[in-house]
Amino acid sequence: MNNSYYNSEDLKKFSKISDFQKVLGDKFFDYYNEVFKDSELSAREKSIIALAVAHAIQCPYCIDAYSSDAYEKGWSEGQMMEAVHVASAIRGGASLVHGVQMMNKIKEIAM
Amino acid sequence: MIRSLKSQQNKLSIASEQLEILEHSLRNNNILIPFQQKLDECGLYPLKPSSINTFQINIGKMCNQVCKHCHVDAGPDRKEIMSKEIMILCLKVLEQNPVLETVDLTGGAPEMNPNFRWFVQEIKKLNRHILVRCNLTIILANSKYADLPIFYKENKIEIVSSLPFYTKDRTDRQRGQGVFQDSIQALQMLNEVGYGQTGADLILNLVYNPAGAFLPSSQKILEKEYKQELLEHYGISFNSLFTITNLPISRFLDYLLQTGNYENYLEKLITAYNPTAASNVMCRNTISVGWDGYLYDCDFNQMLELKVAIPQKHISLFSLSQLTNRSIIIGQHCYGCTAGAGSSCGGTLI
Repeated sequence: MNNSYYNSEDLKKFSKISDFQKVLGDKFFDYYNEVFKDSELSAREKSIIALAVAHAIQCPYCIDAYSSDAYEKGWSEGQMMEAVHVASAIRGGASLVHGVQMMNKIKEIAM
Repeated sequence: MIRSLKSQQNKLSIASEQLEILEHSLRNNNILIPFQQKLDECGLYPLKPSSINTFQINIGKMCNQVCKHCHVDAGPDRKEIMSKEIMILCLKVLEQNPVLETVDLTGGAPEMNPNFRWFVQEIKKLNRHILVRCNLTIILANSKYADLPIFYKENKIEIVSSLPFYTKDRTDRQRGQGVFQDSIQALQMLNEVGYGQTGADLILNLVYNPAGAFLPSSQKILEKEYKQELLEHYGISFNSLFTITNLPISRFLDYLLQTGNYENYLEKLITAYNPTAASNVMCRNTISVGWDGYLYDCDFNQMLELKVAIPQKHISLFSLSQLTNRSIIIGQHCYGCTAGAGSSCGGTLI
């Protein structure tokens, strides 16, 4: 028994989610597969977006999956790290922008 | 520079050791389903030839490069090259078997065989389509090779050249320091004599193969990116891009084992098994000839020393009827040709 909450082997079992609720599981995977097809954005562009989002939401499964996928689709290490910095900047900025709320509150209550 | 496995006396330079690893891992892992079982499930076992039309001749393991993924374990230290006597036997077979319409010359660097140019010209006299797997850097390796683009042009050779990626970093990591720059220069030289231009009859195709333990992505999309990048940055044109999957043998097997990627990679290949690709595998229309004249189902079986399963295994005893009716020898390495959109010396299979 693996005592870790996250086990890399579990990623391979993702499709088994449908075993407990087939209708919703199937709908999700149909949607998921459709999302990642070449369309107005290419599958390659979607892959680097997914990599950045994976870091923003800190999902180890997604990071594994989209690090491989983005590299396979030809993104370089430098480009991939820049995508992670974009995620990081947005996350950092999201905290920092709340500083305005703090400033507003202080201005409201301070003499 | 890295050396061949053979010169390092690495046990993976021995075909039986490689086969043992491929079979041994099978016994320890339920996911690694035997390839035979997969073929059986889609009615393809025993695997039989469809129509044999390609004669792939490996004229030697000598090469000016030592690529990390090379299934031939080629390099400057390899001395196994085809003699003129074996070449004469190949020409006799071609003369007697007009169904062998395409002759695919490979190596090592085939151009390093001292009889290469003579052999090409003799094949040309037999009116066959000739394809040379040129590693590009050979053109710049020595002044005696500098006129190769003209020689190719005069003999209307189709050129197939590896360029693992359109960036220096990934190419050099796989093929050696400086290979990207030399490859770009060689491609420009080929373009200059008329190769790779749309509508022209001098065909220049490039080969992508992954620089690591992963599968190729879409051939169509990669081709578009290659064309755009190479034209924009280097003014280079080419005809088609073939994506090829690395098979887990020889130096690539060594890489997989050294980096702990072996089982995951095999699992990836097996998970991506595609029956449509399996029905189109290149061993169904190709006969592979080794430097010493022995016959194989493909270049990979050749490197694993799995000779054709017929009594007459040598070019001197060539029998098209025996070869047409034979069963093709398969193994776990064959998953490399049937994963995803499939893989062959001519790119994807579907």
